[in-house]
Amino acid sequence: MEFTRVNRTTAPEAVAPATETVPPSRRGRRPFTVRRLAPYGYLSPTALLIIVLMVIPIVMVASYSFKDNAIVEENPVFTGLANYTKVLTDSTFLVALKNTFIFISLSTVAHLILGLVFAMLLNTPLLSGVTKAIFRIVYILPWLFTIAVIAVIWRLLLDPAGVVNYILTVVGLAQHGVNWLSSPNTALWALTFINIWCGYPFFMISILAGLQGIPNDLYEAASVDGANAFQRFRNVTIPQLAPVLISMAVLDLIWTSQQFALIWMTTGGGPLNVTEMLSTYTYKQAFSDYEFSTASASAVIVLLLTMILAFFYVRRLQRER
Amino acid sequence: MAAGDARMRSRPKRLLALVAAAAMVGVAGVACSSSGNSSSTSGPVTLEFAQWWGAELPTGSFEKMMSDFTAQNPNIKVKLLSAPYASTKQQLVSGAASRTLPDVVGLDGAWVSDFAKQGAITNLSALMSSAKYDSSQLASQVQIKGKTYMIPVVNFVYPLFVNKDLLAKAGVTTVPSTRTEFLDAAKKVSALGGSVKGWALPLDTAVPNGVQNDVMSWLWASGGQMLTKDGKPNLTSPPVKSTVEYVKSLNDAGVIAPGSLTMKEQDKVEKFTNGQVGMVIDSLAHINLIKKNNPQLNFTVAALPAEDGYTDKRGMPYASWGIGISESTKHKAEAFKLVEYMMSQQTNAQLSTLANGFPGNKTAEPDFSKSDPLFKTAFDIYKQGYPANEFVGLPKSEELMRSFDEQLQLALTGKQSVDDSLNKAQQSWSSVL
Repeated sequence: MEFTRVNRTTAPEAVAPATETVPPSRRGRRPFTVRRLAPYGYLSPTALLIIVLMVIPIVMVASYSFKDNAIVEENPVFTGLANYTKVLTDSTFLVALKNTFIFISLSTVAHLILGLVFAMLLNTPLLSGVTKAIFRIVYILPWLFTIAVIAVIWRLLLDPAGVVNYILTVVGLAQHGVNWLSSPNTALWALTFINIWCGYPFFMISILAGLQGIPNDLYEAASVDGANAFQRFRNVTIPQLAPVLISMAVLDLIWTSQQFALIWMTTGGGPLNVTEMLSTYTYKQAFSDYEFSTASASAVIVLLLTMILAFFYVRRLQRER
Repeated sequence: MAAGDARMRSRPKRLLALVAAAAMVGVAGVACSSSGNSSSTSGPVTLEFAQWWGAELPTGSFEKMMSDFTAQNPNIKVKLLSAPYASTKQQLVSGAASRTLPDVVGLDGAWVSDFAKQGAITNLSALMSSAKYDSSQLASQVQIKGKTYMIPVVNFVYPLFVNKDLLAKAGVTTVPSTRTEFLDAAKKVSALGGSVKGWALPLDTAVPNGVQNDVMSWLWASGGQMLTKDGKPNLTSPPVKSTVEYVKSLNDAGVIAPGSLTMKEQDKVEKFTNGQVGMVIDSLAHINLIKKNNPQLNFTVAALPAEDGYTDKRGMPYASWGIGISESTKHKAEAFKLVEYMMSQQTNAQLSTLANGFPGNKTAEPDFSKSDPLFKTAFDIYKQGYPANEFVGLPKSEELMRSFDEQLQLALTGKQSVDDSLNKAQQSWSSVL
């Protein structure tokens, strides 16, 4: 051991004189500025991609949000915060903000609970490996479908003359077919349900990985201390999973707030704006109304809201390190 | 602290170095891209033609037409950018915004005003003059301030589709021709029970063209108009009010298939195909789709019912495959040659036959001998009436449809009176038109 330690400590000293012996002529071939620029040269492809794909678009969108009729007019004029005032006083935007809050909050909470429940079921020692593998495949299926397929499937299932209404009518829970996606009373809840259905498997898989990483010793020690199943769950499982759960929850809030395709392909923001979200509102402003300036202002607001969530996520990651 | 200070001092230098390196790569990239973009107008020209038609025509048929065009014009090749309608629209909206539209573009009449305002599509009147093109052969042109920006290549009309078996089962012996007859027939069909209803009304706000095809069509069928002669909204006029009240009466009578507030056009077609609704107003282009999906369906097409006592010509809604040319293209003359080719008597007739539509060239005669007999029936109805679509050429037409749609939904759900809905829609439209 002593021999190894000596070698390790002496190694840099042995190398250092070697660097001193580089002939001056060789140094002359690599000028100082080139040596300083080389690392940045290596970084430049990535930097260029980030600049072209992220910085420039974000700066452009932000600049549009301060102009009147950007894109549509060849020479738009600077209007200050007028577009932001217009967006923030638009009743539809406020409805979209409220709907988005409900949608992402419910989705994230349900994703967490369902993901945790299914992950614990799949982690049970009571089932054989084959049975668990089959259930894993079944449970993860919703996550494998693309959003377009999910939208079509649930539009058919929730159709007033669809399977869900048929079953509810047969078992006597409903007398007439319910307009799940087209009634102002049910559309937001139905849409949130679909989003929960298609999103929980990702939570389930991540939490399952977290569960499998909890040392068995902790459970054994808790059992020796007389802890029952609920106490072991509360005092061992949850604290051990906490980093995974918090990171997943923050990420899910960000992802769900950006959900567009599912809403567009099921309800399109209707009926009567009850499923209008910030994403659909922004899209309509840009691609239907051709109001690119207000769309940009709305997009910047969404970006700022998302950045708040991202800030907590990054801070969480830093704390974990 | 000393080490920290050194780091602080070296930071600006590092930042400078980073910016310099990025700038070098950036300059190199710009240099590469600018050399790549440079093009010469001499020699063979390749035109990009973005449209959704290729996706809706029999496989390979549109490509063959382009090959024939190149055979006639060896110096001009056509690169087709075919995608479904919605994707094409998004690409063109983005392209118009960034001034990077393909040379030739397929257009919907609803987009023309906005694209023209943005300066994304070129004035075809000027190109027609310089090419000495005889525009009298064109059935119609979409103009903004007297200048043509789109030429309809093929027109698709929206007649009334009627499920003959369902009507017969309900005891309706003749296809309804008036609003009263239609309501009566729809009630009888709905009385059959199950999930069968008399009519389907797609009011999805994501793509709100149900307002144009399924609501305003009732107005146009009775000779009404939603705009004044000088193009201002006239939504509070008696004909529009009568139309909305009629649609509401259908809703109140329970003859409309449930789920209409978020129903999409494809849902409407599906419900008709499955025999779940007795009557729909639909595009003639869907005949083949319906027959393919349900060969047993016994249906016909008819003129849209008009107000009781109306005897004049009936307007029939239509949609077009329009063609336009990008303002930014360097090959306008070549692009117009392609337009001329598409509008020529022979090609236009051929395309109309393939698309099961009606030609944009007045002298072209589509060949219905191999088509379904219903196309001939529809063509006869079309000739007896006139194509009507006041949304063509309007600015922000989709937004106009959506704002009307939202107000109509409030009226249908009883949250607002028809008068209030029309007043609010009028206010909303007035700010645009």
